[in-house]
Amino acid sequence: MSDITIGTAIPSLTLPSISRTTLALYAGASGDHNPIHIDSDFAKKAGMSDVFAHGMLSMAYLGRMLTNWKPQSQLRKFSNRFATITQLQDVITCSGTVVELFEEGGEQRARLEIVAVNQDDVRTLIGEAVVAL
Amino acid sequence: MLDRSKVGHEFDSFNVDIEKGRLKFFAEAIGETNPVYFSETAAHDAGYKAMLAAPTFPFPLDMEGPELLPVLNFLSMDISRLLHGSQEFEYLGMIYAGDNITVTSKIKDMFDKKSGALEFVVLESTYTNQNGDLVARAINSLVYRNPSV
Repeated sequence: MSDITIGTAIPSLTLPSISRTTLALYAGASGDHNPIHIDSDFAKKAGMSDVFAHGMLSMAYLGRMLTNWKPQSQLRKFSNRFATITQLQDVITCSGTVVELFEEGGEQRARLEIVAVNQDDVRTLIGEAVVAL
Repeated sequence: MLDRSKVGHEFDSFNVDIEKGRLKFFAEAIGETNPVYFSETAAHDAGYKAMLAAPTFPFPLDMEGPELLPVLNFLSMDISRLLHGSQEFEYLGMIYAGDNITVTSKIKDMFDKKSGALEFVVLESTYTNQNGDLVARAINSLVYRNPSV
């Protein structure tokens, strides 16, 4: 895997804009039925302007980017913090860059900085992943 | 203020069957295009023993217990004040369709920031398959908003 060096950018992933349908489907499929993501009345009572996306939906998008790059069987660690709430109509783009190459557990591994941004380039998720090469 | 004496509390473990239909639904909901996540044939062709659960699928398993987020009732939290702060996964194996996964979860830490306006509850979970193999670990940091502070 000599083509992977520090600074290598992995293929990015841009998603369709987040709709109420996106959130309803994700709520059902993930089992995360927290009404703040699917019930506008509830969200407004909680002081939010409207429903907003599950953080884990965007994390799943980051996961798709990672497993598009390398098979999931090579994924060792995957983490992020949720920096900014993802709103309805946001268009999320996931990207990742190799920042370290190292050996651990008898294999060659790459550490990546990964990020999700919205259409205004505001970072919504900031994290890292470790992938075996 | 949430009750800090609850740090270390372990919730009852529970088991979840990993169903093909559920994996397909999850793949569809996240817009997955790689068929190893929704086609048994594609998974076999790619050398996997069965359809794969996506990397973030352990989190949905947390939701399959007897109640949604038992920590809410346990710490008397109001779900409308809850945000997800961060999430970490470590993978020691894979989760496949047909597996039966035992989920354990405990309160690892609690602390606050901004003079108590935000409280953090850190949960640590493990996912073990029917063969006794620990396949994943997760750390989930919840943020609790205290608007009155």
